[in-house]
Amino acid sequence: MTKPTLSRRGVLKTGAAAGVGLALPTYLSAASHAGFTNAPQGGTVTLGFNVPQSGPYADEGADELRAYQLAVEHLNGEGDGGMLQTFSSKVLEGNGILGKKVEYVTGDTQTKSDAARASAKSMIEKDGAVMITGGSSSGVAIAVQGLCQEAGVIFMAGLTHSNDTTGKDKKANGFRHFFNGYMSGAALAPVLAAQYGNDRKAYHLTADYTWGWTQQESIAAATEALGWQTVNNVLTPLAQTDFSSYIAPVLNSGADVLVLNHYGGNMVNSLTNAVQFGLREKIIDGKQFEIVVPLFSRLMARGAGENIKGILGSTNWHWSLQDEGTKAFVQSFGTKYGFPPSQAAHTCYVQTLLYADAVARAGSFNPCAVVEALEGFEFDGLGNGPTLYRAEDHQCFKDVLVVRGKENPTSEFDLLEVVEVTPRAQVEYAPDHPMFAGGNLGQCNPGA
Amino acid sequence: MDAIILQILNGLDKGSAYALIALGLTLIFGTLGVVNFAHGALFMIGAFCSVTLSKLLNLSFETVDPTQKDFLGNPLKVKTPYVQEWFGPEVGAAIIDWSVPLAILFAIPIMLAVGYVMERGLIKHFYKRPHADQILVTFGLAIVLQEIVKFYFGANPIQTPAPDALSGVATIGGSFGLNISYPVWRLVYIAFSGLLIFGAFAFLQFTTFGMVVRAGMADRETVQLLGIDIDRRFTIMFGIAAAIAGLAGVMYGPINAPNYHMGMDFLVLSFVVVVVGGMGSLPGAVLAGFLLGILEAFASTTWATTTIPGINQIIIYLVAIIVLLTRPRGLMGKKGVMED
Repeated sequence: MTKPTLSRRGVLKTGAAAGVGLALPTYLSAASHAGFTNAPQGGTVTLGFNVPQSGPYADEGADELRAYQLAVEHLNGEGDGGMLQTFSSKVLEGNGILGKKVEYVTGDTQTKSDAARASAKSMIEKDGAVMITGGSSSGVAIAVQGLCQEAGVIFMAGLTHSNDTTGKDKKANGFRHFFNGYMSGAALAPVLAAQYGNDRKAYHLTADYTWGWTQQESIAAATEALGWQTVNNVLTPLAQTDFSSYIAPVLNSGADVLVLNHYGGNMVNSLTNAVQFGLREKIIDGKQFEIVVPLFSRLMARGAGENIKGILGSTNWHWSLQDEGTKAFVQSFGTKYGFPPSQAAHTCYVQTLLYADAVARAGSFNPCAVVEALEGFEFDGLGNGPTLYRAEDHQCFKDVLVVRGKENPTSEFDLLEVVEVTPRAQVEYAPDHPMFAGGNLGQCNPGA
Repeated sequence: MDAIILQILNGLDKGSAYALIALGLTLIFGTLGVVNFAHGALFMIGAFCSVTLSKLLNLSFETVDPTQKDFLGNPLKVKTPYVQEWFGPEVGAAIIDWSVPLAILFAIPIMLAVGYVMERGLIKHFYKRPHADQILVTFGLAIVLQEIVKFYFGANPIQTPAPDALSGVATIGGSFGLNISYPVWRLVYIAFSGLLIFGAFAFLQFTTFGMVVRAGMADRETVQLLGIDIDRRFTIMFGIAAAIAGLAGVMYGPINAPNYHMGMDFLVLSFVVVVVGGMGSLPGAVLAGFLLGILEAFASTTWATTTIPGINQIIIYLVAIIVLLTRPRGLMGKKGVMED
C-alpha cells in the first residue's frame, strides 16, 4: 500500500493545469467546443427533416421534402447546384458539409405538436440528427423549437408565420427564414389603402390559435394606422369546415372588407363560402365589398380555384420572381419534379443551405458555433434580395411580396401575380416591439 | 328578421347533409344491426366521384404553342379537353361546367357497387359480433378508405364548382318585405336533399321491396320463415344507404371543396344525430338532422358566441345530453332497439 504524497512542486503543477483548464473556454471560440449533441462521426452527417407527411398539410409537407432532397443533392455535389451557384457566400463546395456527406432522416409532424415533438425526438435520439428542420404550422414550429433548445440541436424552422415563433417563444437554437404576421401587415396595409381607400371597415374571421391571433393583431394594427376601422373579429375553430354561419353576420355588420386570417383548408373553405354568399358583388355605402387573405400560398390557392381571382394577400416568395437565385432554384426544382416549387419548398431549401453554410463558416457542427455564424449574417442570392438573420431574435429580414389572385392564369401554376415587392426597410421592426415582447432567446445549448 | 331566416337556411343546408348521412346510418342499423362508422367515408367517396368525373371530363391532349413559354422557358404545352374536341368548344365547355350534376348519374352505380362490396366483403362477417367489434372494423375501414383517397388525390381540397347557371346568389323573400341573399347552389342542395329523403321514404313505404324490408326490420325471422331471402334485400339496402350518402357527398362538393377528411368531419355529428333522433328511427334521423343543423347555425352567430364563448362547438352535444336525459331513446326511438 502506498501513501499519497504531496510535494509543493506537485501542488503547483496540478494547480496550474487546473487553472489553464478552467480558463480555456474563455480563450476559445465556440467553434472549438468538442462536446455537443450528435457530433457527426465518420464521413457522414445526418439532418432531420420533420415535415407533415400525413394530415391536412401533407401536400405542403411533400413539397418541403422535395426541396430538402434537392438541397441534399446540391450540398453533396450532385445535380446542377441550384442556388449554390447564386448564394453570396461561397464556402460550400459541393462536397457535403465540412467534407462529410449529407444524409437525412424524415419524420412526420402530422401537423400536431405532440406528434412533431415525438418525431423530432426520435430523429435526435435514435438517428443522431444534428439539426432539425421543417414544419408547416406555427404551433408545431414553436413546440419543436422548444424541444431542440432542450436537446441541444439547431432548429431551422420551415413554414411558420406566427409572430410568436421569433417573439415570445423565440429560442437561441431556433432560426426562422420565413416572414411573419407583422411583416404581412406592414407590406399589405399600404397596398390595401392604395387600392381600396383609407376609409374602410374591416371584419376579421380568425383561426383560433397562435398564428391566427398574431396575424389578426398585426393586420388590424397596420390597417388601423392607415385609417381603417376594425368592426369585429370572430375567432373560428380550427376544425371548422363550413363557414356559412360566420359569413352571414358579415352582411349585416356594416363592414365593407372581410379579412380571412385562415390558412390551408380553413382558407379554402372560408373564401369559397364568402364568394358563394355573393360578398364580392356587394356594394356597401357606395364602396365595393372586398375580401383579403393576408397569407397566401400557391398550393392553397389551387384548392380555392376561381374564388381566388383578384384577392390580395402576401407571400414569402413566388416562383415567378426574376432574380438569379429564384431562376436557378425554379430551374433545378422544375427540371427534377416537373412543376415549380411552392414558398414552403423555397424556405426549406434555403434554410438547409443556410445551416450548411453556417457550419462551413464556423468550421464546426457545434450548435453554439452555428448560432454565432448565423447571428447577424447578411446574405444575398437566395431569392429574396439582400437578407439579414437578425442576432436579437433569429428572424430573417428581407423583401416581402404582395400578391393577387390572377384573373387570367396561363397554366395551373400561374395562380398569383406579384403586385408589389415591399422593400425590407418597410417590414422591419425593433426587437422589443410590443407584438414580439415577452420572450428571451436565452443561451445557446450545445447539449451533451 | 332577415338574419334569423338566413341562419335557418344555413341550418337547413347543414342539416340536409346531417339528415342524409344519418338516414343511411339508421337504415343500415335498422336492417343489418350494424353500427357503420365507415358511413362518413361513403359521403367522402361520393364527393370524390364528382372530383373523378371532373378530372375525366378534363382529360386533355397537348399541343405546343411556340408563342408562349412555360415556367422553365420551354414552349408552352396548351391543354385542350377531349370533350371539347369531340363535341365542339361550346358543348364541351358546357359538359365540363355541369360535371357535378352529371356526377349524380356517375356516382349512383359506383356507390351501389361500393356498398355491395363493403357489405359482402367485410361487414357481413361481423353481423354476429359485438357492436364494439363492428365499430372498430368499420372505423378502421374508414381510415383505410380516406388514406387511399389521399394517396390518389392529395391532402388539399379540390374544387368542384357548381354550374355557372347555379352558382350565383338568389334574392328571396322580396314579396314579404324581406331581402335575403342566399347562394343558389345551397338552395338546390336543400331541395335535392328533400327529394332524396322523400324518395327513400316513398321507396320503403310504397313499393313491395320496401314493404318486405320494413317487415324484415320489424321481425327478421318471420320474414325468413315465409321463404323470403331477406339477407339479399338487406344487402341491397346497404347499397342504397351507401348511394344516399354518396349523392349527399356529390352535391356537397360545390359548397365546400372535397378533401379526404370530409367524411370524418361529418361522421361523429351524424352519429349524434342518429342517437338524438332515436336509434333505428328513420323519421327521427331526418328530424334530428335538420333540428341540430339549425341549432348549430344559430349557435355560430356572433351574438351567441359572444354571450357564451365556444357554444358553437358544444351545442350539438349539449342538446344530445339534454335529449338523452329526458328521452333516453331519443326523439323518436322505439323500445327494444339496442337495449338487449
